Amino acid sequence: MITRKLSAALLAGAIAAPVTALPLIAQAAEYEFDIEGQHAFIEWRIQHLGYSWLYGRFNDFEGSFEYEDGQIEDASVEVTIDMASLDSNHAERDKHLREKDFFYVKEYPEATFKSTGIESTDDGFVINGDLTMRGVTKSIEIEAEKVGEGEDPWGGYRAGFHGTTTLTLKDFGIDYDLGPAATEAEVTLSVEGIRQ
Amino acid sequence: MQWRNTKSAYGVVGIALHWLVALTVVGMFALGLWMVELSYYDPWYRQAPAIHKAVGILLFLLVIGRLLWRWANPSPLVEGGRLERWTAHAVHRSLYALLFALMVSGYLISTADGSPIDVFGWFQVPAILSDLPNQEDVAGAIHMWLAWAVILLSAGHALAALKHHFINRDGTLRRMLRPGNDGSPRNEGEGS
Repeated sequence: MITRKLSAALLAGAIAAPVTALPLIAQAAEYEFDIEGQHAFIEWRIQHLGYSWLYGRFNDFEGSFEYEDGQIEDASVEVTIDMASLDSNHAERDKHLREKDFFYVKEYPEATFKSTGIESTDDGFVINGDLTMRGVTKSIEIEAEKVGEGEDPWGGYRAGFHGTTTLTLKDFGIDYDLGPAATEAEVTLSVEGIRQ
Repeated sequence: MQWRNTKSAYGVVGIALHWLVALTVVGMFALGLWMVELSYYDPWYRQAPAIHKAVGILLFLLVIGRLLWRWANPSPLVEGGRLERWTAHAVHRSLYALLFALMVSGYLISTADGSPIDVFGWFQVPAILSDLPNQEDVAGAIHMWLAWAVILLSAGHALAALKHHFINRDGTLRRMLRPGNDGSPRNEGEGS
């Protein structure tokens, strides 16, 4: 097993204070999302009229996390999404989604997420953090689990996580009426990081 | 019935094509402005854009037909001074050019993801150019600006026709209303 280490410098928010009190402990490993090989996905889905699920994704984003096996509560993650890269496999809808009725990407081209703390649960962990989207910063919780980690066949080391959260559109200033079944969207982050 | 144009008068076909295109363009402009404001639960939310796209394709064919007819016929001479005639020709050409650019930009919005455009279930026009970066957004912005340009230029064109009618008192407007009408006798022998 890998030695347990703690991240000293780069953890944000609530857990930062106790961690910085332990200056002798080495930093956790830093991982960058595998964007080049694209083993990272940000997908969302929303109800259509209450009759079916509509799926979409963001094609362009980047992110990184600090993590050491067994010390998930000391990990941290950051994601930046290029909102114009949204793709629901329908050009006219995508165009509308980029406009003011929805993500207003001309005014708010990026969304960011920064974790503020991670808590273990029975079946994984919960990432607390601040999501800034469409000019609104809101604290959200992502239910997540580690999928796996280990050496890859090309000399690198990878770790992958899967997390989901539910966002209320109105919280981020999107009040276009899509019907009562479509006030919330589920967002899934499924990412693989390469240890730097 | 005079079908073809002459050097001094429009025939039925030329006049019908002119007004059909004019009505369609104005109607499409209004429909376009209206449909982008429709809410998701409006009964026209799906119908209006479908009609707009289908009519756009038909309009494209109509304008092609109009150009072919124009080239196969003499064009009645434009009345007025040198600058006026030059301006009139420039506006006419610009209207055709802007109209084609407008229709192409609209086509590029709807076909940006490779989907065809359906024309009332009669036939489909396949996507030719798709997946350019942000194609639907760029084409959408261009479509809106071109639509305004076409409408403003058409308004100028209409005002010029009214000016010919009420100020110059020549036959410019009348001959676009009545086939075979070569305008006011006052202009006979004036030449070009």
